[in-house]
Amino acid sequence: MRRFSWFNATSLTLGFAFLYVPMIILIVYSFNKSKLVTVWAGFSTHWYGELLSNQSMLDAAWVTVKVAVVSSSIATILGTMAAYVIVRAGRFHGRTLFSGMIYAPLVMPEVITGLSLLLLFIGLNVDRGVMTIVLAHTTFSMCYVSVVVSSRLVSFDQSLEEAALDLGCSPFQAFRLVTLPIIAPAVISGWLLAFTLSLDDLVIASFTSGPAATTLPMKIWSSVRLGVSPEINALSTIMIALVTVGVISASLINKHQAVRKKREEQAAERQL
Amino acid sequence: MRRLGLILVPYLWLLALFLVPFVIVFKISLSDLAMAIPPYTPNLDLTEGWAGLVSFFRELDFENYVWLTEDALYWKAYLSSLKIALISTALTLLVGYPIAYGMARAPEEWRPMLLMLVILPFWTSFLIRVYAWMGILAKEGVLNQFLLWTGLISEPLIILNTNLAVYIGIVYTYLPFMILPIYASLERMDESLLEAAEDLGCSRLSAFWLITAPLSKQGVIAGSFLVFIPTIGEFVIPSLLGGSKTLMIGKVLWDEFFSNRDWPVASAVAVILLLILIIPIILFQRNEQKQREADG
Repeated sequence: MRRFSWFNATSLTLGFAFLYVPMIILIVYSFNKSKLVTVWAGFSTHWYGELLSNQSMLDAAWVTVKVAVVSSSIATILGTMAAYVIVRAGRFHGRTLFSGMIYAPLVMPEVITGLSLLLLFIGLNVDRGVMTIVLAHTTFSMCYVSVVVSSRLVSFDQSLEEAALDLGCSPFQAFRLVTLPIIAPAVISGWLLAFTLSLDDLVIASFTSGPAATTLPMKIWSSVRLGVSPEINALSTIMIALVTVGVISASLINKHQAVRKKREEQAAERQL
Repeated sequence: MRRLGLILVPYLWLLALFLVPFVIVFKISLSDLAMAIPPYTPNLDLTEGWAGLVSFFRELDFENYVWLTEDALYWKAYLSSLKIALISTALTLLVGYPIAYGMARAPEEWRPMLLMLVILPFWTSFLIRVYAWMGILAKEGVLNQFLLWTGLISEPLIILNTNLAVYIGIVYTYLPFMILPIYASLERMDESLLEAAEDLGCSRLSAFWLITAPLSKQGVIAGSFLVFIPTIGEFVIPSLLGGSKTLMIGKVLWDEFFSNRDWPVASAVAVILLLILIIPIILFQRNEQKQREADG
């Protein structure tokens, strides 16, 4: 505690103010009566009503959620498999290429990923829409999932799995009964990460989508490019609120589980 | 057999949707613009057999790359992306380091909370976080209203649609990527080293330079790469906050593709961008490897 000086207190206060004041301003102005975002004309929830009656906005939100659920679920399965391959499969032909393809999308500029996938879809003459966005999102988010899951797999005691195999489990049973419960938190955070990445993505979706499908970020983009609008502020507020509730409840659940685990360990120790 | 299946499924997926698309981009970057569907030539026609293949390869050339070096727009855009990425990485470090430092020195029971507060913006939409600054930095925006009200300025500042707004946007959105690795390296540090240094007569400042700064070097390097690499190809921030003078290659690529519909040139821009990125990416991976080895 000795070193928690006024300097540290100031930098934390200023730093967190910088991170949060812009969002607070955004939220405050979503309750502004005036159409002009810069002039405060009194409290009103008018823009929320407007938003909820904007059918094209609701359609876009629905498309986005569909894409995010499907792509993050496929990405979780593929990414977990890829993590398993990287950590466990040992040497095989083309391993370097494989791990390269897992890590490259993490640092690839979105414009390049989007462009290359679009050229592929056009080359194959695929109709662009929800389906192609799902394929694109699955591809880049499976890499994030595999990084998250493989960091958990590395620290995982392999002898547990071997014990299960020795006791007569099939490899799949050993995975389902021993490995999966242990790596589950990483798999879940991988899914959440993939889900959020998909919800957020503007650039890759713009490249890979066709006229048939518009996602929420694309909708926001086309409105925001013309300037600030109170309706988008209202939408942002709703999204920020959802994320905040999600993150806080996830961390509470985590904390709760950690406390329970500790208590169980203590109980077990007492019995010994 | 089961192992083979496990390897093949993600492998084939990535080959088909990651590697093959790149080969296509490369191929199109060697093609010529054409008024056709698809808007480039040549197209590989396998029905002509070997002769078709030969004539296909003959028609590919590096013309688009020559074009990129001749037109000042492109190399200026590459240079200015690098410049903007470099400056904003330095600014992010300047803003991020004190925050990470304060977090690592905060009472231990606060730290999980502080960590969550840093991560929370990362989960909210990137687009919305950039958008938030449009209303703040505009000529009649919140910042100008506030400064005019305090009497610090008499004329509204023009910030939106300048490079300054782009820097602010980048620092704001990429800050968590800088804070987290620095915090991780500072938190691991043994504080008794500082006490020892001070007991031996170091001032606080020189103890910082001699002990804390070198020990957090890995975190600083990792954070800087995590900001620098994605910033080079950034598209959303320069489009929303930057002005007509802000030149960034991600935006050029987008316009080349969507506005000019010149796919071969857009592809060549992408290939060069990738070549530029390879150097920092390799350096970054070396740094990560070194850190892993140091951790044992």
